[in-house]
Parts: sequence; C-alpha cells; structure tokens
Amino acid sequence: MANPENLKYTKEHEWVLIDGDVATVGITQYAADALGEIVYVDLPKVGSSTSYMKICGEIESTKSVGELYAPMDGEVVEANDSLSSNPEGVNSDPFGAGWLVKIKFSSLPELLSASEYNALIGE
Amino acid sequence: MLETALADEHKKLGASFTDFGGWNMPVRYGSDLDEHHAVRNYAGLFDISHMGEIRIKGDAANSLDFALISKLSELKIGKAKYTMICNEQGGIIDDLIGYRMAEDEYLIVANAGNREVVFRELSARTKGFDVTVTDESQDWSLIAIQGPMAAEILQQQVDIDLAQIKYYAIDAASLSGISVLLARTGYTGEDGFEVFVSNDQAAKVWNLLLESDTQLVPCGLACRDTLRLEAGMPLYGHELSLETTPCDVNLGRVVRHDKGESFSGSALGLLKDSTPKKLLFGIRGEGRRAARADYEIFVAGAETTIGTVTSGALSPTLGYPIAMAMLDGSLGLEIGSKLEADVRGTKVPYEVVELPFYKRGK
Repeated sequence: MANPENLKYTKEHEWVLIDGDVATVGITQYAADALGEIVYVDLPKVGSSTSYMKICGEIESTKSVGELYAPMDGEVVEANDSLSSNPEGVNSDPFGAGWLVKIKFSSLPELLSASEYNALIGE
Repeated sequence: MLETALADEHKKLGASFTDFGGWNMPVRYGSDLDEHHAVRNYAGLFDISHMGEIRIKGDAANSLDFALISKLSELKIGKAKYTMICNEQGGIIDDLIGYRMAEDEYLIVANAGNREVVFRELSARTKGFDVTVTDESQDWSLIAIQGPMAAEILQQQVDIDLAQIKYYAIDAASLSGISVLLARTGYTGEDGFEVFVSNDQAAKVWNLLLESDTQLVPCGLACRDTLRLEAGMPLYGHELSLETTPCDVNLGRVVRHDKGESFSGSALGLLKDSTPKKLLFGIRGEGRRAARADYEIFVAGAETTIGTVTSGALSPTLGYPIAMAMLDGSLGLEIGSKLEADVRGTKVPYEVVELPFYKRGK
C-alpha cells in the first residue's frame, strides 16, 4: 500500500495528519505489516503530555512488541478507544480506522514527507 | 541465508520472511492469527525443510542408545520417539525425533540451528560402533500438514491407508506418483503428518496439496510458535538449552537409565532423584498483555525474581496470555500458585496452570 502523500512521517514509522493545531497519529502499513497481527494496543491517556520521540504507547502483535513514539511535544486530546476491542483495526486500515491518538501541539518538529519516508523503507 | 526448495512458492504466495536458524523462512503469508485458527479448526500446510535429517546405518540401535538419552533400540520398525542429545553434564544439545526405518537404520530429525552440532556429536559418539552417519539435510524437503482435517486431505493424494500410520509412526508412500515418507508427527498439538520428499519434488507436493483443498492454508513460523506454545511443546533456544537438563523441563521420563553405559548417563543418573534447581512451569495471565521471553517472574507481592519467561504470547485459541517460565525449583510451586510478571515495568498477575495449555478433543 502506498504511503499517502498528504501525510507526514517519522523514522519510527508513525504517520501524522495535521489539521490546525491537532495531529492525528498512527503507524504506517509498513510498520503494521512488520509487527504482524496486532492483538493489544496500549495508548496514552487523554490529557497526558507527550514529548518528541519519547515512548507514549505500545502496540503488541502475536510475535512482538512495538513502541509508539510521540511525533511531537503536545497533549493527548483523543485516543482511539475502538482499538481496545478491535486492535486488528491497525492492520486492516492503518491509515484510517486504525489511527491511534490525536495530539494538540503548539509547534511541530521536522517530519518526513511521503517520498522521504518511502526512501527510508526502500520503496 | 539458506533457502528451502519451496522458497519460490512462498514468494508467489506473498509470504513475509524471517531468519530462523540461518534459514530464510516464511513467518506468515497473511494473518498469523488466521493461520493459527486454520490449524486448530481445519488444516494448515508448513514448510519445515530447515529441519535437519541425519541417517544412521549399521549397528545403529546400540550406537544411538549410547549417544542419546533414550533407548531407541526398543523402537519397532516404522515407529518414532521423541528424544534428546545431551552433553556430559546432562545439558541439552538438541531435542530430536528418532524414526526406526529398518532393523539397522534410523532417521534422526534435528532442529535447523543444531543440525551441524548434532551431526558432529553423533559422528563422534558412534565412532566405536560399526555405523555410517550421513547428514541428508540437503537432500530432503519436509512439509507438515497439521489440523483436524489433515489426514482426510492427505488421504486423497496417497496410495496407503493413513489409518494404519498411528501417532509417532512413519511409512513410505506414493503421493500422486511421488515417493514420500509420511510421519504422523507434528509441532502444533493437532493431528497431522510430516511429509519427507526429495527437494526436486517438493514444490509439486506443496502445490498438489494446496490445490486439492482450497481451505488448506499455507502457514508460517509465527503461528507455528503460538501453536506449539499452546500445546506446551518446548523450543530449543527458549525452553531448551545447554544450561537445561531434561529433568528441568519435566522431561525426565524421556531419559532411560536401564541401558548400560551412555554418553550422558552418569550425569543424568545423578540428577534423577534430586530436585531440579529450576523447573519449567506453565503460567497464565489475565487481559491481553502477554509476558514474553526473558520477562521476570515473581511470587505475588514479593520483590525477588524467581525466574524468567522462556516463551509467552497472547494465546489465540484461549484468548488470554500464556507462558512457559523457568522458575526456582525449590519453592514447591503448584497449580494455582499466584505469581506476577514484570511486563515492561508493570507487574501483572499470573498463576501456575497445568501444561499443556491446550489439548485437542479426541
């Protein structure tokens, strides 16, 4: 699956959709495929603060544990609660229904473009 | 990295690959959970050609009684036994299946990563016997068909009555004209067969089976691991190692002490009646957060670790976290003992349960 052009990316395989001062964050298809079937998602609580490239959550598959790195400093304003009963949503629709958190931010670090991210994963 | 004769078939099926024992093996084709459930509920097909095959001919029965911890000389022709090769201290070099192919001939199947050391050890230990030891691993492909429908699917393709091959038995057969060996063995906790076939015919057999039943699912190593964990089967490098003896992993019954001198005999004889320092337990948790390999285990409420998880996952069949853990053998832990696992900084409740976690219905 192609990495959508309208999203920004991190080298830790998160995608970021910017809408005003709120960023929706998920993991890329590449990351979801590498993890395998996701069985548990541990997301930060609403109201908690995030720090750029600090771990703020965990994504577990049958085989391994992936860490969610915050793509920016900010505050969690929403977490995708549907994933607690349906964690495989991250596999089936990583760029859509499988989003993880929404973070309110005041400034953005430098993020990767789709083509830069494609280069990183060798596509 | 080494590739099996089926590598092209896996690529055509869109497999993801992983390095396992130096081999580039399919880890999954699509969803490993779907593959897992297919084996529990219907049937799955595995490429396990990375396994090693070593043939011993001549005074094989006596030489293997000396070299291994079991008494393979008692095996009837066409039967198999789970066994191990240990070092002089009783540490496990590998776990093996030994098949008696003829009065004077055995086939030993070893783990991929241990094939070389097992071949070397068998060659060295049998020097005083009139035997030839041959590593045939490069000649054989091994395809496992596992699950409640495995026998029915395979039956349509072969010229012998599979009901005659009992659990842990092996026989030669023709699979649509291709010479194969069919062993009723496996590593999933389900009924099933392991099909030995020469490399040049392997793709044919693989595709014949997949095409014969569209519900038969190609399965990767990811689900093979959760299947064997549910079935309480040890994996070398996790439950089994040079630092582990058969008694430590509740497999003291595999050791035979009534066969005269053997390579590991005196060490294992000493261990027979002593309490193992560490012992393998099955433990289960709650919720969905699984303790994984190397996570520390505690008695509930206590501060000192009593051991570590050797394999752990959220059980796809049971829906809760399960693990095997190597724990202090002196604590008298029993079924129901309350424990805690340190899951990345958070202690979560676990308790000792019976192994295996999953047993198939009769």
